[in-house]
Amino acid sequence: MIEQLLQVQTDSPEVAWSLIAPLVTLALGGILLITISSLIPSLKDNWFPAAFTAGTAAAAMVFVVDIWDRVSSTGPEFVVANSMSVDQYTVFVTGVICISVFLVSLLFHGYLQREGFSGPEWYVLILMSASGGVLLASAEDLIVTFIGLEILSIAVYVLASLHLRRGESQEAGFKYFLLGALSSALFLYGIALTYGATGSTRLTGISQSGLNERGLSPAVDSSMILVAMALLMVGFAFKVSAVPFHLWTPDVYEGSPSPVVAFMASAVKVAGFAGMLRVFFVGFGPYVEDWRPLLQGLAIASLVVGSLLAIAQSNVKRMLAYSSITHAGFILIGIYAAADPESRSNGGVLGAEAFLFYLLAYTIMVAGTFGVITLIGRRDDGRHSLDDYRGLFKSNPVLAVLMSALLFAQAGIPFTSGFLAKFRVIAAAAQSEAYVLAGVAMLASVVAAVLYLRIVVSMFLVDSPAEADEPDALPSGLSAFPLAGVTAVAIAVVATIALGVLPFGQEILTDAAEAMSAMR
Amino acid sequence: MEIAWLIPAFPLVGFLLLVLIGRRLGEPVAGWLATIASAGAFIATVITFFSLRGESDHAKRFELVEGFTWINAGDFVVDVGLLLDPLSITMSLFITGIGTLIHLYSIGYMHGDKNFSKFFIYLNLFIASMLLLVLGDNLLLTFLGWEGVGACSYLLISFWFTDEANASAGKKAFVTNRIGDFGFMLAAFFVFVELGSINYDDILSRSSEIDGTVGPFSTSTVIVLLFMLAAAGKSAQLPLYVWLPDAMAGPTPVSALIHAATMVTSGVFLLTRLNPILAEADTWAVGSIAWIGALTGLFAATAAVAQTDIKKVLAYSTVSQLGYLFLAVGIGAYVPALFHMITHAFFKALLFLGSGSVIHGLHDEQDMRRMGGVKKYMPITAFTFIIGWLAIAGVPPFSGFWSKDEILLYAWNADSVGGKGLWAIGLVTALLTAFYMTRQVILTFYGRTRFFDATPEEIKQAWQNRAAKPAESLALMEADRTSIVETMTASQNDIDKYEALLGSPDAPDDLEKLLEKARSINAKARSAIENVTNARDKAAEVANKLEKEMATAIPTTHTVTALSAEPDITAIEEHLPQSYRDRQEYHPHESPWTMTAPLVILAVLATFGGVLNLPFSKDLHFLDHWIEPSLFGNAFHPKFTGSSQIGLAVVAITVGLVGLFAAYQMYYKGKANPDAVEKDILLNAWGLDSSYAAFMGGPGRALFDLMAWFDRTIVDGVVNGIGFVLTKLGSLLKYTQPGYVRSYALGIGAGTVLVAAWFIGRLFI
Repeated sequence: MIEQLLQVQTDSPEVAWSLIAPLVTLALGGILLITISSLIPSLKDNWFPAAFTAGTAAAAMVFVVDIWDRVSSTGPEFVVANSMSVDQYTVFVTGVICISVFLVSLLFHGYLQREGFSGPEWYVLILMSASGGVLLASAEDLIVTFIGLEILSIAVYVLASLHLRRGESQEAGFKYFLLGALSSALFLYGIALTYGATGSTRLTGISQSGLNERGLSPAVDSSMILVAMALLMVGFAFKVSAVPFHLWTPDVYEGSPSPVVAFMASAVKVAGFAGMLRVFFVGFGPYVEDWRPLLQGLAIASLVVGSLLAIAQSNVKRMLAYSSITHAGFILIGIYAAADPESRSNGGVLGAEAFLFYLLAYTIMVAGTFGVITLIGRRDDGRHSLDDYRGLFKSNPVLAVLMSALLFAQAGIPFTSGFLAKFRVIAAAAQSEAYVLAGVAMLASVVAAVLYLRIVVSMFLVDSPAEADEPDALPSGLSAFPLAGVTAVAIAVVATIALGVLPFGQEILTDAAEAMSAMR
Repeated sequence: MEIAWLIPAFPLVGFLLLVLIGRRLGEPVAGWLATIASAGAFIATVITFFSLRGESDHAKRFELVEGFTWINAGDFVVDVGLLLDPLSITMSLFITGIGTLIHLYSIGYMHGDKNFSKFFIYLNLFIASMLLLVLGDNLLLTFLGWEGVGACSYLLISFWFTDEANASAGKKAFVTNRIGDFGFMLAAFFVFVELGSINYDDILSRSSEIDGTVGPFSTSTVIVLLFMLAAAGKSAQLPLYVWLPDAMAGPTPVSALIHAATMVTSGVFLLTRLNPILAEADTWAVGSIAWIGALTGLFAATAAVAQTDIKKVLAYSTVSQLGYLFLAVGIGAYVPALFHMITHAFFKALLFLGSGSVIHGLHDEQDMRRMGGVKKYMPITAFTFIIGWLAIAGVPPFSGFWSKDEILLYAWNADSVGGKGLWAIGLVTALLTAFYMTRQVILTFYGRTRFFDATPEEIKQAWQNRAAKPAESLALMEADRTSIVETMTASQNDIDKYEALLGSPDAPDDLEKLLEKARSINAKARSAIENVTNARDKAAEVANKLEKEMATAIPTTHTVTALSAEPDITAIEEHLPQSYRDRQEYHPHESPWTMTAPLVILAVLATFGGVLNLPFSKDLHFLDHWIEPSLFGNAFHPKFTGSSQIGLAVVAITVGLVGLFAAYQMYYKGKANPDAVEKDILLNAWGLDSSYAAFMGGPGRALFDLMAWFDRTIVDGVVNGIGFVLTKLGSLLKYTQPGYVRSYALGIGAGTVLVAAWFIGRLFI
């Protein structure tokens, strides 16, 4: 493998490097950051790591824009010995991951200062994880997929447990790691079975090995490939926390440092979905009739369980953990519609657009929401019960309004990106005649609205309990909060509303969606 | 044409700026900012107008300025774009033009209001919404503007919301308009179902493809009827007019801008915009628009005759004039409709602003019975108001004559929908219009100044004050007499008791003495009683006399009949309440220049507005030529001879002058008793509004109660029940989260088995 990689790089290094520039930027950025911080220790305690990380994300974004233009004119490119594919779909997902990194790095700055942690490790791990996510989204070979998945995950395991004073943080990291290891094992076993059944780990190789009407050919051991698909699906479903592989999510979200959750809920999920979609669209495209109905089951289970369990919570981070499970259900509907074999041109592209738009909108709003949570967690990041949000409007009206906007977006209220995202997904489901799915999605969003409104009501209507004498009372006034964090939240809110009111970038969405549909 | 985006952008930016910093800018800067925003929109409109005029080819005068795709859901695509054509630009011109003047006027009018900047926030938002309504290139954008102006109207009617009446007037407007909106939405759905699009571009070019049926009617007919409902709500036509007279509770500039010149014409605009659909619909449906308009016009004109509130007269007059517009649209006379819409915007805005100036100058007095002779205090207001009066009364050469005459001329020739009847009704309406407007001018500006008079309430108060003292002394005397009578009775009882005891063995020793004492008391009381009784009778006489005097002196009614002479207050002068004395200190005054300048400009427009479309020769039909591209040949072009045209004009002028003269005789010369025409039933607009209220309070109420019960018990019950079940389910599901990694791993394992089972199952299916 490594030989192959090296060989290809020497063959045509120029093309390959420039096309994987975002990936390289993110990874190199991480390495550079830890190197610089080691050489100049005084840099690691101030604004430098955050600025560097945000800058790296921005630089990667510049490459993303450039590559988008190139790929738009040349069509999809296969790089690094054809083990990665760079098309508009990959580029779009990479852009979304970069946005997440950018926002999260801004959140980290104030958070680390408040919690008294230093060092560039947090930022380095984020950058590394993001590069894994990009790799996962573009991998054309199951081995590369696995490498991407692991780079993505391992960094996040560490991040989850990095709040050293909090026992819950350690517990979260440990749980996440153990269960992640289990799912990785299952995933790896799925790769092995795939290789056994088809003789290839290349996605194109897998799909070409068994083409016939039914999706199964005599050349392929059908039972083996079916089990393989099951295991791969489980691996991805775990990563995106789809029910019933979601069990880790509430505990890990509750325990992990809040800005890390912002990253987990956005970039990690986006990468997981992106990888799932590529593997199943490209590699298992011929078996669409086998795996597509399962998505429906996963989606319904995620919607129902996510929205129902969210109501019963009293901890805001746990609530939003379940809400992220509900969102996963919505995104799965997008994939389900996009994979519609009947209407490749019609419902398919609509579904693909819905899926991509949802990823973008969801990333921004969830990063913003956990941004607010980061800001008002107080020292030790432990004040996240619903009671801690009481009377926020009175003490910090701006923050309360920003949070409300984000929560309304998550609930899918019109004039926010969340509304359009849900609307597109449901419309796509209806287009591919999945009426039950569309109906469940609508009901779930009604039920889930209760949870968001509970937080909003608690912020606005209830007076805060007498806590003036409390030592860690929330400071009033916006200036008491770290500027970078507030900026990140403000950016998220503006983007959320702008995407909901002015649906610009429709061409970008259409192009990416067409690239996505072309993979099948 | 990209500059067209600036038209709605100016007021929108003004609105946003005022929201952010309006309070800090305060008075008067916030008002000037809003005025500049509106003026900017006007300039942008003028530029757009000239570049559109520059298009030599008529067909090119229909431009779409594309924005972006707003909603893209399968077949349902909504673009945000502007539709520039003669119709939308004409509307925009007078919306922004008159809007700017009224912004300027409001700076003076709202002086000193504690919500000064908030008023201008709403005003700018209104202009932006109104522009969206007319410039939007699809029904959804128009609807957005439609709701936006409705919301602004609601907010501005109840601007002084601390007064209960104002708040409920706002609500009334809001609720009544919902009925119309319901029609709008349904109609838009039908259009989408039929054409697969709600863009005007498609609607206008493919209206002939609307060929479905709904029950016994063609779909186009149903669409027209539903849009007619929407327009009747917004443009205050029968039976949905009831909100407009109440809307006068809002500040007067609002009445001028929203409830006279612009918003209320949007129903007429909508029907004109959709003229190709009207052309497809059955004749009776379109004709019914004309008949509703004609009847509304007559109905409202009769109500206007008896109103005493200066703004209510104008409100009913507006309903009546909007009736003319409906009449015109219903017979396909789109150009006359627009012509009258424009001239009406000029003169009605002028009249409203004039009335506002009077109200302002007379310290918030709105009752015309308490005006009179205002001309000498407010010469500019009076002069401009008189021009507005001549314009609306149809006196040539003022603008209203030309436009109203054109509508009547077209009506005369519209035989397919009973044009002669429409013409006759329109003529009677014109007569009444001249009458009630003359009445208003005389009552307000001429005659005795009644402003300083004691009001009936004050006179009543004074009489009651005056009667208070005699009544008090009477009561005192009565009490005296009662106590003396009591003493007398008690002493008599004592005497009787003691006399019975005389000579008996158990008589007390001092019986003689006691008897003596009782007798002396009794004798004293007996001698006093006569005097006291006499005094009481005298006091009662005085009190009764006063009561009788009071009964005749306190006016029981307050009709205009009693207005010629000052009420006699010599007997009660020192008893009049403080409010009367305060008023004697007031000095009615002319309004500041920010208010009079718009009046003068509007007066000029109201005078010369007729040149837009003079009937003398084809070359003078400017408006006709200009609007033509927006009408797609659907306009009604009657054939008439020059002599019939002149004949009808002479009839119209004569009728107008008759109305004018009648009012002059009655109100100025006092030749006839106004009570003969000012009936209570007219004052209450034939009791229509109150019968709505009675229905809503009676059988309607029962129905609502039933619905409320259903909502409370069944709907809420189901919702709460679902909520309860869901919460319980959630709590139960919580047990799936024990927190142990081993249970989670087990869950993942079980899930994996399920997923694998599905895939294995595929082998057998």
